Amino acid sequence: MEAFKTLTSTVAPLDRTNVDTDQIIPKQFLKRIERTGYGDFLFFDWRQTPEGKPVAEFVLNDPRYHDAKILVAGKNFGCGSSREHAAWALSDFGFRVVIAPTFADIFFSNAGKNGIVLVRLSEGEVETLLRNAETIPGYKLTVSLQDQTVTDDRGFKASFEVDPFRKYCLLEGLDDIGLTLRHAAELDKYETQHDHATWLQAK
Amino acid sequence: MSTTPKTLFEKVWEQHVVVEPKGEPTLLYIDLQLVHEVTSPQAFEGLRLAGRKVRRPDRTIATVDHNVPTTIEGRLNIVDQIAAKQISTLRQNCADFGVELYDVNSREQGIVHVIGPELGITKPGMTIVCGDSHTSTHGAFGALAFGIGTSEVEHVLATQTLPQSKPQTFRISVEGKLPQGVTAKDIILAIIGKIGTDGATGCVIEYAGSAIRSLSMEGRMTICNMSIEAGARAGMIAPDETTFAYLKGRRFSPQGAAWDKAVEEWSKLPTDPGAKFDRELTIDAATLVPYVSWGTSPGMVAPVTSSVPDPAAAGNDLDRKSFERALEYMDLKPGTPLDKIAVDRVFIGSCTNGRIEDLRAAAKIAAGHKVSTHVHAMVVPGSQLVKAQAEKEGLDQIFKEAGFDWREPGCSMCLGMNPDILAPGERCASTSNRNFEGRQGRGGRTHLVSPEMAAAAAIAGHFVDIRNWEVREEVKA
Repeated sequence: MEAFKTLTSTVAPLDRTNVDTDQIIPKQFLKRIERTGYGDFLFFDWRQTPEGKPVAEFVLNDPRYHDAKILVAGKNFGCGSSREHAAWALSDFGFRVVIAPTFADIFFSNAGKNGIVLVRLSEGEVETLLRNAETIPGYKLTVSLQDQTVTDDRGFKASFEVDPFRKYCLLEGLDDIGLTLRHAAELDKYETQHDHATWLQAK
Repeated sequence: MSTTPKTLFEKVWEQHVVVEPKGEPTLLYIDLQLVHEVTSPQAFEGLRLAGRKVRRPDRTIATVDHNVPTTIEGRLNIVDQIAAKQISTLRQNCADFGVELYDVNSREQGIVHVIGPELGITKPGMTIVCGDSHTSTHGAFGALAFGIGTSEVEHVLATQTLPQSKPQTFRISVEGKLPQGVTAKDIILAIIGKIGTDGATGCVIEYAGSAIRSLSMEGRMTICNMSIEAGARAGMIAPDETTFAYLKGRRFSPQGAAWDKAVEEWSKLPTDPGAKFDRELTIDAATLVPYVSWGTSPGMVAPVTSSVPDPAAAGNDLDRKSFERALEYMDLKPGTPLDKIAVDRVFIGSCTNGRIEDLRAAAKIAAGHKVSTHVHAMVVPGSQLVKAQAEKEGLDQIFKEAGFDWREPGCSMCLGMNPDILAPGERCASTSNRNFEGRQGRGGRTHLVSPEMAAAAAIAGHFVDIRNWEVREEVKA
C-alpha cells in the first residue's frame, strides 16, 4: 500500500449526500476478477449517458477538476454495498483523499486498506469547501495526515480526527496481514482453546 | 459476587478477542467466513501471490449467488462470459484451497445469507463475516455478523482473524403487538426512515422488545439484514426458544449431547438485565403501518397511506438537492398518493425476503388472484431448499396460476448482476433492500416493500394498503 504524508491538489466538488458504492462503481464492473483497472468505471452511470456520451455537467467531466486528487462530498459517503471495488476505482482514478461529514463503516475500512485518506469535517466546513471548489478557479487544498489538518492558501484551516493506529498504517503504507502475523503465537494458542467450543463450529 | 451486566454484543465480542495490542485495534477471531463469487477472486489471488493458504477451510464456506441466472436454460449456459469466468474462478479457487462450495448445480445452492442459516452453519454466539454488506442477516441468531471488503476477506482467509475497533452499542426496542398487515420488513423500513441511513453508523444494533421476540427467524433475519441500510456495522437479536427450534435438526446443527451443551451455552448470550447501551430507542409497534420507499435511499420511506413528500421539508441545501434529485430520478411529484403509483415489475426474493415464510406470505395474497396485465412479476426463492419446500407446499402452483414467473434461486433482481434487470424507466415493487439509483438496472426505479405488499402490487398494478386486501383462498402450509 502506498504511504501517505501530505498532499496538495485541486479539489473536485461532488455536492451529493448518501453517495452509495453502487454509484461509485456500478455492478456491471464487479464481475471482473482483477484488482486494478476500475478507474475508467468510477461513477460510470453519472459520467456518461446510456448511449455512452459524457454528461458535461458531471463534476468529473469538468476539465477544471481533471487532475483533482481530493474529492469533497456530502454526508454518509460510501454507504451500501461492501464492494472494495469502490475504493479501487477511486484510487485507480487518482483520488487519494475524500472529505465528507461522515463515511459509511465498511467503505471507511476498505479505503484505509487502499491508502485512501478519509477526512471527516463538519457539514459547515464541507459546504464551504464545496462552494470554494465550485467557484474559485484552480482551488487547492493541502491535506496533512501527520498534522491532521486541511488548509488552503486563503486562510481555511480545519483539523480532523483519525485513529492513531490507522494513521500509523497510512503514514507507513503497512499491510494488514503482515501486522496480524506478528501475533501468530497468541493466535495459535487462542485457536487451540477456542476449537473446544463445539457450539461455535461451522460444521 | 457481582459482575458487570453485559450486552449480547459484548459477550460475543469478548469471547473472540485473540489479543488486544496496546494502541491498536483488537484482533478478533472469526468463526465462519462465507464466500461468494464477486468479492473473493482478488482475495484468493492475494493469497497465491503471497504463498499463503486458507488457514481454516473448515470455517470457510462458498456458494454462487450474485451472478447466476435464475432460469434453468440460463444456468446451463451462462451467456455473460465475464460472469461465467468469475464463477469458474471461484470453482478453481475452492478446489485449490480446499474450501467447500455449494455450486450452481448443488441441491443446497442459494443466496449466501439464506443457506448459512438453513444449513445450520450459522449459530448463536459466532463471529461471521462475508464480503457482502448483508452479512448482518446472521445476527438474527445472536451472532456478530458483518460485511467486509475484499482485503479483509483475504485477511480472514489467511489468519481467521480481523483487526477491529470496538463499535458502539445501540438497542432498538420494538414493544407491543404488531398490527395486522405489518411485517418485519415494515419494522425495519420504519426504523431506517426514523434514524436515517447513517443513523447507526459505528454501532451494532440489538433489536429487542416484545414485537421482535414475537417474530419468526425469517422475520428476524429480514430485520437484521437491513441493519446496514441504517449504517450499522451489524444487527443482533438475542437467541431464544424460537432460535433453538429453528436450528434443531438442521444439517450442521449439533446433535445429541452436543446439542444440549450448545443450547446451554447459547442460552447465556442474551443481554443481562441492567446492561448499558451507548444509545437506546423505543418504538411502539402499534404505531407501525405498511411502508413503501419513494426515493433512492432506503431512508426515503413513507406509510402506504401517505403521499410523496415535498423536498421543501428537507433540513439543508445539500439534503434538499439530494431529495429533488431522488424525485427526478424516480419520476415522482410531491403530493402524489403512494397507492396511486403504478408498477411495471414486481420482484419477490433476495436475502431480505427470499425465505420460505416470505413466499408463504406472498402466496397467501396471490392465491385466487391474477397478476395485472401490464405487470411482469417474478418470484425468486432464496435457495434450492426454499424452492423445494415451496414446491412441496404447492406455493409455486399458486404463483404460476396467478401469473407470476417462478424462478431458480439467486440474488436475481436485487442487484442486477445477472440477466434479471429492469429496463430504463421501469418501476418495480421489490422485496429487496436497496432502492439506489440503477441498483436493479440502469434507469430502473425501485420501491422497497414487504412480500405481501409486493404481491398485492403485482395484482392491483399499483401499490395498495395490504391491510385492506381480500384474501381469497386459504393456503395450507
